[in-house]
Amino acid sequence: MGTVTLPTKASIWWTIYRTALAERLAYRGDFALGTLMRFLPIITQIFLWWAIFDAAGGGAVGSTRLAGYSFHDMVAYYLLSMLGRAFSSMPGLASTVSKQIREGEINRYLIQPIDMIGFLLLGRVAHKTAYYAIAIGPFALVFFLCGNYFPAWPEVDVWVGMFLALVFAFLLGFFLDLCIGLIGFWFLEVSSLLFVYMLLNFFLSGHMFPLDLLPPFWRQAVGYLPFQYLAYFPAAIYLGKIPADQLWYHLGIEACWLVAVIAAARVLYARGLKRYSGFGG
Amino acid sequence: MAIIEIENLTKTYRVYQKREGLVAAIRGLWHREYRDVYAVRGINLTVEQGEFVAFLGPNGAGKTTTLKLLSGVIYPTSGTARVMGFVPWERHNEYRRRFALVMGQKNQLWWDLPAQESYRLHQQIYRIPPEDFQRRLDELSELLRVRELLGRPVRELSLGERMKMELIAALLHAPDVLFLDEPTIGLDVVAQHNIQEFLKFYQRERRITILLTSHYMQDVEALCKRVVVINDGVIQFDGSLDEIVDSFSGYRVVRLHLAEGQSAEGLARLAEVESIELPRVTLRCPRGEVARVLARVLEDYRIVDLSVEDPPLEETIARLYENARGENRQSLAAATEA
Repeated sequence: MGTVTLPTKASIWWTIYRTALAERLAYRGDFALGTLMRFLPIITQIFLWWAIFDAAGGGAVGSTRLAGYSFHDMVAYYLLSMLGRAFSSMPGLASTVSKQIREGEINRYLIQPIDMIGFLLLGRVAHKTAYYAIAIGPFALVFFLCGNYFPAWPEVDVWVGMFLALVFAFLLGFFLDLCIGLIGFWFLEVSSLLFVYMLLNFFLSGHMFPLDLLPPFWRQAVGYLPFQYLAYFPAAIYLGKIPADQLWYHLGIEACWLVAVIAAARVLYARGLKRYSGFGG
Repeated sequence: MAIIEIENLTKTYRVYQKREGLVAAIRGLWHREYRDVYAVRGINLTVEQGEFVAFLGPNGAGKTTTLKLLSGVIYPTSGTARVMGFVPWERHNEYRRRFALVMGQKNQLWWDLPAQESYRLHQQIYRIPPEDFQRRLDELSELLRVRELLGRPVRELSLGERMKMELIAALLHAPDVLFLDEPTIGLDVVAQHNIQEFLKFYQRERRITILLTSHYMQDVEALCKRVVVINDGVIQFDGSLDEIVDSFSGYRVVRLHLAEGQSAEGLARLAEVESIELPRVTLRCPRGEVARVLARVLEDYRIVDLSVEDPPLEETIARLYENARGENRQSLAAATEA
């Protein structure tokens, strides 16, 4: 059999994507409700930051700054980091992969002429598509309502940088989560490992607060880890916290992380399969 | 032409040896003790193109492990296997396009989607030309009588219907080799029969090679001329069903229907009596003795009807398993003493 042409491949990918999307939409009601509920914490979070600024500034919320962030910056940061998370978070990925390993469900990827990792990635793109289709409404509403918290409309290269950072965040989040799931080849139960990972992720990605609030030593240490690209980095680009001349440098580092994590996932997968015993049945 | 060649195939699993007690459990955190469990030990087997072979064996005998090795899902510990010239665990796409594996306990179809959608995905993945795809889908859904179910989400189908859908999924790319792991498990008699009929017909028409594992003797009786009995990871027997019966059941079952008023007294002296429910009596009779016993019975008793049968296959197979287990234990004991 000759090499596969790109149109053939694209057609396979498209069908996998479409099928996965159709499956996602089988429970659209539940899915939509779950998605919308995730917007509720925004309100409490904004009040929390207001209280923090109020306490820190002795009542002068408007003029108080924390590590260079005004109250408005902080709300904008929070909303933008949510946007980053919308790309980089992978609910259920690691636990599904380890479950499929444990229960021998991955057999189907092994006997069919497909690549499991590629298949899962396409499935996740479909997952995200369904999510954005539902979340775009509430996202637009929230950003509209909080419009005056945001700084002036940024330059084109900031938009480009942010777009790239979001796409990379998606891929980085996917492969990091996949690695945790693939550890299931060694430890059949990864839920506590996953819990530790999510906890680290929550703090170190900047989801909880901007990383600039950390003491210098810790800020620097976190800078050597890949987590900041999952939430902090895209938001920081938009808010102008990343100097223009360093934007491409940081994107380059992120790309290196991405390559490293993809390689790690491939190695884990290949090694894991050697150990795999096709459980069940 | 040999389509499947297996030589000295061995698969061991390393199993973590748990010790009882808290101290041992804590020590286990640092020093893990492992034990090797043999699933398959040194199997040799050749299957010709177009054969329909049954793997029989008790639970944990190594049947499924062998199928998993042949479909490339797991790596062997040692030994070789070739299917159509391919080493299965190298998972060449060319190989994967030419075989299929159906596991009775696993789904390949997307649970929440109609089977049709999964088939369309298969068409792409296996690169089946559209006209072939449509023709095969029509044929298969006609044969299995599931045409009207193609558009229904798989989760809403009964177990039997689902298995039919799984079979279609496995056959759409017209594989040359088909591995079936307990395809009729959990099915009622009718569904089981339908699937048997279908497999028989399909195999006869296409002359594909099929390896089947099953616990149901009916499957094996209905489908396979050749039977390979695996026990404790070793091939215990390889031949036809008739040969199994000949060599492992030393007796025949004689069923008598006595005439009215005829007592069964004295029959126990002729042969072992299995049951008496007048007017019916069942005897067990060593193979060489059947003619002699029948002659005496016909002479001394008034008989309405009689039949001579082989004992139930299940019983023969169970005896075969037990024999084998005994032998293994002996050889193991000999090995440890040596």
